[in-house]
Amino acid sequence: MIEVVKGGVSTTIQDLGRFGHYHIGMPPSGAMDLFSHKVANALVGNASDAATLEMTYDGADLRFEENGVIALAGAPMPAELDGEDVPMHEAVRVEAGQELETGFTTEGARTYLSVSAGIDVPEVMGSRSTYTLVGIGGHEGRTLQAGDELVTGENGAAPDTVVGNTAPEENLPDLENSNVLRTVIGLCDYRLTDESREQLCDVAWKVTPEADRVGYRLEGPELEFVEREQPFGAGTDSSNVVDVGYPIGSIQLPQKPIVLMRDAVTGGGYATIGTVIGADRSLLAQRRTHETVRFEPVTVEEALDARQSVQDDLAAIRTAIER
Amino acid sequence: MATEHLAAPMPGVFYRRSDPDEPLMVEIGDDVSEGDTVALIGVMKNFHDITAPHDGTVTDILVENEGEVEAGQKLIELTIED
Repeated sequence: MIEVVKGGVSTTIQDLGRFGHYHIGMPPSGAMDLFSHKVANALVGNASDAATLEMTYDGADLRFEENGVIALAGAPMPAELDGEDVPMHEAVRVEAGQELETGFTTEGARTYLSVSAGIDVPEVMGSRSTYTLVGIGGHEGRTLQAGDELVTGENGAAPDTVVGNTAPEENLPDLENSNVLRTVIGLCDYRLTDESREQLCDVAWKVTPEADRVGYRLEGPELEFVEREQPFGAGTDSSNVVDVGYPIGSIQLPQKPIVLMRDAVTGGGYATIGTVIGADRSLLAQRRTHETVRFEPVTVEEALDARQSVQDDLAAIRTAIER
Repeated sequence: MATEHLAAPMPGVFYRRSDPDEPLMVEIGDDVSEGDTVALIGVMKNFHDITAPHDGTVTDILVENEGEVEAGQKLIELTIED
């Protein structure tokens, strides 16, 4: 058992996500930075679908009641286990009674904590991921608070076989310099004026304080739509189209652009002008409020190559761990 | 007398009220006790309390209410009696 001593700003239990229910309006949830979630799990010998703690800006403090192994991945976060520094991206042994104290991320926004065998909470619709907007999954469907008690799974890797595992630096993203988000343009980019369509990919967009698991609202020039008579079924605002499904990562334009993330509404009538590719959504999840991002147009083929490249990095990390 | 600056631990928006209808949590000249919440940092609709690390007097407030702040930015100057 793990006792939560301090919950942090926004800490939730997440796994790979909740799939197969998008059509009824249920978003997948799951780790915002999937890459770091997977690295954290690999370090302690877990499968990728084990649930980790996603800690946002500020970490959780935890007391461990059982022996085990933990690892931190993603945004660098100072952490101490009974006063001893816990390095990032390394599997560390934890003994019953020890307490982990964490601080604020020094760059990036989200740090993942894995424990051997994963956090065990009941699956809801096939996933342990927390979806706080409707209060399901994870621990009571909410962010963690002091006093919560978490149970870990069974049959974790034997500590001696995983303690000391590290992820090679060259396979980890450079969070500080990763502000380019490759984006497949469409489906509704035709609604933008030529000038606005160019601006979308030319300017730096600033992440606002309204940037969470639902979406990232960005600040920048006002984009303009081509004037038209709104078709039947579309709302009256020029940003409205006849309802469409929103891809995860899609950029919609209520006024300021919002990149929809893993807890977002699944469809509606805002023009979605592009979609940030899966490979780069982990990077977006690490951009801090007030940092900037740029959209770089790519083809679907380039997006698939980028996905392969992320999988290659994960495979290289797993190979390095298996030694 | 020593002065100490309370800094923002994360980027976000600096709030001097716990709610728009509430009075300011502290003003320049106020005495505060260790552990008192003197301001909030809001990000992602979550709020982090900025608390006084010691007893002291607020001698400066360096950011406007609802101003944007960066991680590490100085927010409030606290003067502590030796």
